[in-house]
Amino acid sequence: MDLYAALLQPFVEFGFMRRALVACLALSLGSGPVGVLLVLRRMSLVGDALSHAVLSGAATAFMIAGLSFVAMSLGGFIAGLVVAMLSGAVARMTPQREDASFAAFCVISLALGVLIVSTHGSNIDLMHVLFGTILAVDDASLLLIVSVATLTLIMLAVFGRGLIVECFDPGFLRASGGPGAILHFVFLTLVVLNLVAGFHALGTLMAIGLMILPAAVSRFWAHEVAMLAALSSLIAFASGYVGLLFSYHANLASGPAIILVAGGVYIASFAFGSHGSLRAQFLMRRRLEA
Amino acid sequence: MTAVFSLQDVTLGYDRHPAVHHLTGSFASGSLTAVVGPNGSGKSTLLKGLIGRLAPLDGRLERNGLHQRDIAYLPQQAEIDRSFPISVMDMVLLGHWRTIGLFRRVTHDQRAQAGEALHAVGLDDFDQHPVASLSAGQFQRLLFARMMLQNCPVILLDEPFAAIDPRTSADLLKVVLGWHGEGRTIVAVLHDLEQVQESFPDTLVIARELIAWGATREVLCAEHLLRARQMASVWDDRAGLPPRR
Repeated sequence: MDLYAALLQPFVEFGFMRRALVACLALSLGSGPVGVLLVLRRMSLVGDALSHAVLSGAATAFMIAGLSFVAMSLGGFIAGLVVAMLSGAVARMTPQREDASFAAFCVISLALGVLIVSTHGSNIDLMHVLFGTILAVDDASLLLIVSVATLTLIMLAVFGRGLIVECFDPGFLRASGGPGAILHFVFLTLVVLNLVAGFHALGTLMAIGLMILPAAVSRFWAHEVAMLAALSSLIAFASGYVGLLFSYHANLASGPAIILVAGGVYIASFAFGSHGSLRAQFLMRRRLEA
Repeated sequence: MTAVFSLQDVTLGYDRHPAVHHLTGSFASGSLTAVVGPNGSGKSTLLKGLIGRLAPLDGRLERNGLHQRDIAYLPQQAEIDRSFPISVMDMVLLGHWRTIGLFRRVTHDQRAQAGEALHAVGLDDFDQHPVASLSAGQFQRLLFARMMLQNCPVILLDEPFAAIDPRTSADLLKVVLGWHGEGRTIVAVLHDLEQVQESFPDTLVIARELIAWGATREVLCAEHLLRARQMASVWDDRAGLPPRR
């Protein structure tokens, strides 16, 4: 097999591969920067909790409206927002911390989602949507994914400064009279939107992977927010491209293949990255001893 | 002289458990006051009350027309994520928040002012360094530079010189005295009584209640400090029990 056949031919030859690649590109542009903020806020697990909420929302919508693209997207979006709001409210009204209330709602919505899926478990369509069908991304989902990416980039450009300050020094923002609660809401909405976009391509369980892994990888290579965001979009897209090729040539499920490629990059960066990796720490120690 | 903060029988605390009781008095405009007292005596709680983050459980606390954004507040370091990937310059520029807010762009003049503030605290060549690379002392200098840009008439400092080297502490004390000279009102929680005696005209001694408040000379006497310490040991004995009310 020559290089052309290995790296390009699948995309030249098949429309579904091209669509999948475009979906990956759009997802990477949105999820990359959002994931960076999520990781910097130490809210990775909150993202995980929200993805389970999206699962139960989409499953509920499937029960009510059948395999409707619009209903399932809307269901996932609403369920994600409700869990985000409820967790925030519980954290504000009771002494319980936000991570604990998110974890509680995560388990509740996961159980609800699994319950609904198990009663309709034999339904192949439902399984596809819940666990990802990037190779069957249709026009409607592609439109949704691209719109979410566009909206995300616009919102980040407009609210970037506020989102970063809210993340880095929320006490200062509050003391300066900044709209901390609104920014927090904007941010959680962006997370949920990107999870909904991601679940059409990768499935609700994998969508969070394309958000968290590239962001975690970029922390090992850069130390400035804009750089982190660009790098994590790039890594997400590269993982998408390589993952799609793997799944095509080896006949593997595409969603997990993409996430596993990103996971491989994470492990390599953890060992060899330029900032805080095992290699960097080793070099630092040697320099100190010399 | 007009008062910036006036307190009338103010009680502050968390979850209805008072941390400091029945304070009455006022901080005059342009005053420089040290707040001293044993650990857990309610000093930080008092600052949070003054800035409005905690509403009084009882009594009246008047800010006499001050907005929250007119008050610069330096919390204890633990509240900021020092590993965050942001450059020293970007961090200082946040001091302009009142004018730039969420959306307005940073002007050339504002950037120049940020450079001057960094110079004033001795961080000249650090503007492009990541915040994470600063030592504890350098980070404190950075926070002071940001407060300079905030340009607030009222400044509240919570243990500004704790856990930093003596040179940084001396440099930053000069900054505080400079602010005092410009007529700003400053309230600082401090531990070093010698420093208070040398540089702070007014002192407030608290130990979950008011022990003494007034000119440092008169307030910082052995009798008051002994009383504060005794109050502290009384609570230690009761530490395991629920609060009284």
